Amino acid sequence: MTSAPKDDAVVAPVAAPRAGAFVRLGPRHLIIAGAIIAAVLIPFYAKSFVLFQLTQVMIYALAILGLNLLTGFNGQFSIGHSAFYGVGAYTTAILMERYGVPYVWTVPAAGAVCFMVGFLFGLPALRLQNLYLALATFTLAIAMPQLLKFHGFEGWTGGVQGLVVDQPDPPSFLPIDGDQWLYYFTLIVMLVMFAGAANLIRSRTGRAMMAIRDNPIAASAMGINTSLYKMLTFGVSALYTGVAGALGALAVAFVAPDSFTIFLSISLLVGLVIGGVGSIAGCLVGGLFMLYVPNIAESISTGLAGVIYGFILLLIIFVMPAGAAGFVRFALAQLARLRQT
Amino acid sequence: MKKLTRRSILIAAPSALAFTAPLLSIRPAFAKDYGPGVTDKEIKIGNTCFYTGPASSYGTIGKAMAAYYKMINDQGGINGRMINFISYDDAYSPPKTVEQTRKLVEEDGILLDAGPLGTPTNSAIWHYMNEKKVPQLFVSTGASKWNDPKGHPWTIGWQPNYHMEGTLYATYILKENPNAQVGVLYQNDDFGKDYLRGVKDGIGDKGKAKVVVEASYETTDATVESQVVDMKSKGVDAFVNAAIPKFAAQAIRKAAEIQWKPIQVVSSIGQSVAATLKPAGLDHSTGVVSDFYLKDPTDPQWKEDAGYKWWTGFMDKYYPDGDKSDINNVYGPSNAATVCQVLKQCGDELTRENVMKQAASLKDFTVPMLLPGIKINTSPTDFAPVKQVQMAKFDGQRWNLFGDLLGAAAG
Amino acid sequence: MEQLLQQVMAGLANGAIYACMALAVVMIYQAIDHLNFAQGEMAMFSTYIAWQLIAWGFPYWVAFAITVVVSFIGGVLIDRILFRPVQKASILSQIVAFIALFSILNSSAGQIWDFTIKSFPTPFGHAPLFGTSLIDTHEAGMIGVTLVMLALLYLFFRGTRLGLAMRAAAANPESSRLVGIRVGWMTALGWGMAASIGAVAGMLIAPVVFLEPNMMLGVLLYGFAGAVLGGLSSPGGAVLGGFAVGVIENLAGTFVPYFGRELKLTLALILIVIVLMFRPSGIFGRRVVSRV
Repeated sequence: MTSAPKDDAVVAPVAAPRAGAFVRLGPRHLIIAGAIIAAVLIPFYAKSFVLFQLTQVMIYALAILGLNLLTGFNGQFSIGHSAFYGVGAYTTAILMERYGVPYVWTVPAAGAVCFMVGFLFGLPALRLQNLYLALATFTLAIAMPQLLKFHGFEGWTGGVQGLVVDQPDPPSFLPIDGDQWLYYFTLIVMLVMFAGAANLIRSRTGRAMMAIRDNPIAASAMGINTSLYKMLTFGVSALYTGVAGALGALAVAFVAPDSFTIFLSISLLVGLVIGGVGSIAGCLVGGLFMLYVPNIAESISTGLAGVIYGFILLLIIFVMPAGAAGFVRFALAQLARLRQT
Repeated sequence: MKKLTRRSILIAAPSALAFTAPLLSIRPAFAKDYGPGVTDKEIKIGNTCFYTGPASSYGTIGKAMAAYYKMINDQGGINGRMINFISYDDAYSPPKTVEQTRKLVEEDGILLDAGPLGTPTNSAIWHYMNEKKVPQLFVSTGASKWNDPKGHPWTIGWQPNYHMEGTLYATYILKENPNAQVGVLYQNDDFGKDYLRGVKDGIGDKGKAKVVVEASYETTDATVESQVVDMKSKGVDAFVNAAIPKFAAQAIRKAAEIQWKPIQVVSSIGQSVAATLKPAGLDHSTGVVSDFYLKDPTDPQWKEDAGYKWWTGFMDKYYPDGDKSDINNVYGPSNAATVCQVLKQCGDELTRENVMKQAASLKDFTVPMLLPGIKINTSPTDFAPVKQVQMAKFDGQRWNLFGDLLGAAAG
Repeated sequence: MEQLLQQVMAGLANGAIYACMALAVVMIYQAIDHLNFAQGEMAMFSTYIAWQLIAWGFPYWVAFAITVVVSFIGGVLIDRILFRPVQKASILSQIVAFIALFSILNSSAGQIWDFTIKSFPTPFGHAPLFGTSLIDTHEAGMIGVTLVMLALLYLFFRGTRLGLAMRAAAANPESSRLVGIRVGWMTALGWGMAASIGAVAGMLIAPVVFLEPNMMLGVLLYGFAGAVLGGLSSPGGAVLGGFAVGVIENLAGTFVPYFGRELKLTLALILIVIVLMFRPSGIFGRRVVSRV
């Protein structure tokens, strides 16, 4: 359905590791290592508020990665991921506030709940394509705030008032404060999940996912159980976005139905495209975009912030139709060509 | 023990100052005491509003506030200090409110949050503001939760709360018809449910009267016509129309179209002549009742009123793009004026502690666009500045105030 | 029984709004093969243009005509300036371009005309139809105009060479070029027509819901649901779908106990998804058969 690129590499072509072979270290690994070291050192130099923003960037990046797995790598369109984000956030909030579960366990719990929801939703989604699937996911996105506000569930969800979430305390043996700890906690979870996604894509399962995206009929003709894989992908995608939602609940320390509307879904979609569909690293760019560009638009003009945001979006799409990752790929290909001449 | 980084000092500084302020206040009156954002020349304050997003029609409140502070500066500022008012957009998204508020407090270093907008948005920062001991002053929402000096001593509301208004509507209805069958049209969110609860509490369950229809709507709905039709068919004879202007107007018009004439109360959100009643049809709106604490700028009765004249002059000079038929543009400057009064009362002792102390000691304060007779009063146990309203009935041209001022008197 | 009838009629009245929009949605779908998120905002902006013309003193039908023409031109311009550069990119990139357009139109309208709701006149008046309070003359007029537009579109697509060329260009651009159809201009024509239909929809809807920058938000989503339910390849189906959504939602809200009141939109959408499970291309949509 989408003309997404086939691989997730952002840098110059490196010999793909054969299954079972020891992975050769190339420029890509150096860049990643450098980025991780920088990420670890930032809290010592950045102010609390900037850390809070960066934590949110990572959370959005993770949410976008969830959407990416489904849409970018498996070709199933979704404008309903705000629902999974919300389910994850509320799972954390409810477990912590109503049942006193320590925050650490709520994150995998949120992932598990979202996986189930996504997997089950994948079943009706099997029969639907493109815009029809879009409508089904749209139903999810609309249903979520309505269900959260529903008076019948008020006992758990807090209804329209929402729930306050206690910010996690840092472990006593570490000399850091709440914001720094939240940053590191999010960083750790994000790295683990990004690594997991990268592994998934490189594995047989990942290739099956992409095969389904590129040519579902051929894929099933080759013996891939498309139904199972599509449902599993939905589940994993929901899991990723749900974990992001859980982390989001911890960072913002508050959940309310109006935080998880269709507009969040649309923002995630925009972030996905800006970062680059089918690119794992691109999700970080998408996260940065989601957080900072509205601020930039607002600082230029409050009244016309929407207009400026729209123009920035158009500019990026015109110049980089395949998103940041696509642009980097294009630039590197040009460089490679120059080097050859 | 916290690690002593540059960042941790920045965090600790305001709290340290706030703690030492009471000690300093023992000193002679002419001593100066500054919290964050204050210098001899300037006071830095800020807030968050929704300038973009689905609720952006309320963004004009923030713009009107900014215009008011500019006017104050042109008049010499407050006790010689200029107001530096920083307002950020949160697009009605609570996570964004947290981010922008933290920016105001931690990066911009404001002294206080002046009239931030919205209920879920303010709920999101409620905990943070009280933990960081930053005044969350005169929040621009009518939820009943803000009047909680014991639990949240750094947060104070401003307008009469929706729950109280709901109970007043119920009282009025019961007076007109003790056996009323009530229907409530409300927005399916925090403010709407507050109204609904107020009406239900006011109607009670003792007499024959009861709330038979609770009809909600979402802001993304196209019309509320079917809710109105439903109410008529269920025999509702008292209609509480607690909707925003667009849906309030639709409801009024539809009721007239299907020849349904219940006792009708509109909330203070949907009472503007130009924004609601005229689109609905002035003749359809005749007989509708509402509660007021601000003067409706589109009501002809205020044409010669001094307060109204002040307001139009203010709008013409400082906010010429502002819509003079929008009650939000009355709300903004009125709220801002209350903030300025608090700052004025602080004198040279401009600490966050003193700001809250002064906010809790407003005595019979008025602003030009409050209804005549309504006074703002607060105390350490009463965090409801404007708590009086007056009922009025629409006669097809203007709102005719009747009865006494309702609501609590001085706290 | 009386209540059921009333709610069905109210649902049809609401549904007329969605049907109108659904027609515009299907129109653009026929032209570019997917949904334009900004369709509603374009309709809203057109309606504001009409409102402004009327405010400047133009008679209603003159303003109506001018708006339809201006919207047509606007649609073509948007195709040339906004859509053309991203046509080669993936569908997702195109969707993002539409989202950008949405943001720009919504924000501009709010800035130019502000957010106070405005009345919009209707040539049909608001009197009760035939004396009954179930439906009023404007709503009846709205249904009538929608059906007329539908009929005109049907005649255009089935009965004229241009209509045939447009359908060919959308279905198979490569082959169409080979037979001499200027595919680029067909797409532009499709955009123009969609914009005009949207403008008419907006001018019909505004008298009911009142004109304000966010008036089309919900309507577009409902119209989209209706179009999908009816089948995106069938304008008639889309119109029926729009009516169906209106009625279903009303009935769900009134008659489903406990859940109905607050969850009527959710229930309506779930029902639609269930229908789609059995008819994945919509009730009247053509089954897409892909050759391996």
